[in-house]
Amino acid sequence: MARVVVDVMLKPEILDPQGQAVQRALPRLGFEGISDVRQGKRFELEVDGPVDEAALARIRDLAESFLANTVIEDFTVRVDEVAEATK
Amino acid sequence: MTARIGVVTFPGSLDDRDTQRAIRLAGAEPVALWHKDQDLKQVDAVVLPGGFSYGDYLRAGAISRFSPVMETVIEQAKAGLPVLGICNGFQILTEAHLLPGGMLGNDHLHFICRDQKLRVENAETSWTGDYRAGQEIHIPLKNMDGRYVADRYTLDKLEAEGRVVFRYLDFNPNGSLNDIAGITNEAGNVVGLMPHPEHAVEPLVGTGRTDGLPFFTSILKKLVNA
Repeated sequence: MARVVVDVMLKPEILDPQGQAVQRALPRLGFEGISDVRQGKRFELEVDGPVDEAALARIRDLAESFLANTVIEDFTVRVDEVAEATK
Repeated sequence: MTARIGVVTFPGSLDDRDTQRAIRLAGAEPVALWHKDQDLKQVDAVVLPGGFSYGDYLRAGAISRFSPVMETVIEQAKAGLPVLGICNGFQILTEAHLLPGGMLGNDHLHFICRDQKLRVENAETSWTGDYRAGQEIHIPLKNMDGRYVADRYTLDKLEAEGRVVFRYLDFNPNGSLNDIAGITNEAGNVVGLMPHPEHAVEPLVGTGRTDGLPFFTSILKKLVNA
């Protein structure tokens, strides 16, 4: 079994009020010097069998059609190296 | 024979019964459809009602878009079937790419519930024939994810083609670009909007006005005259 991580972020040009709310709270907490925060989603997919190129291609299709809405979001797909190393 | 208008119930739909009632008040026959139905029971039009289908998990409307009923709705909408999406229904229509752009969380991050003033920009769609272009109406608005967004190219195209059907007046309740409250597809048979016309069809409840009823009389007239 292996883990594949899909990260989904709003496209850079789209306003992220959740990220802004987090960013505005930072000075109150004593964190200075962080000028912007954007909040995204992370999906961890536990995959049966080998994560070969064909499996990754299927996951990219899944990410593109379902996990992300590419009208408003970008996504990346990667194998979780930490999960790989501890197996 | 009167027109049959289907109303889809998804797990988490809230306004399906109000929508059926509005259809009945307009003089058409409401037909309850279930999200697992692939058969649309020979309805003449479909309404996707408001609510929080699948808890709005992932993104509002994203999971419903893959329900069996939507396979048929998408196919038939492309062939000309009139489809109206209200609130969650609008979100489902953008997720299904039957309407361009996307719906995101309100810019102020709060749920909003108010009596909203709108201007009817396009009275030529299947669902707006009983309005006049430029008419100002009040109908209730209640949502968490009502911020309409699209890229500049899409917005310019919508504006140039007169496909913005409703615009918020006086107050933009959610940060929607260009004050957009509702849009239509190129053919004018698919319309989506965030405010809730089905809650403004009887003088006794809601706003006390019946500004939402023309949606349902418009489609009835369109179908009867077709």
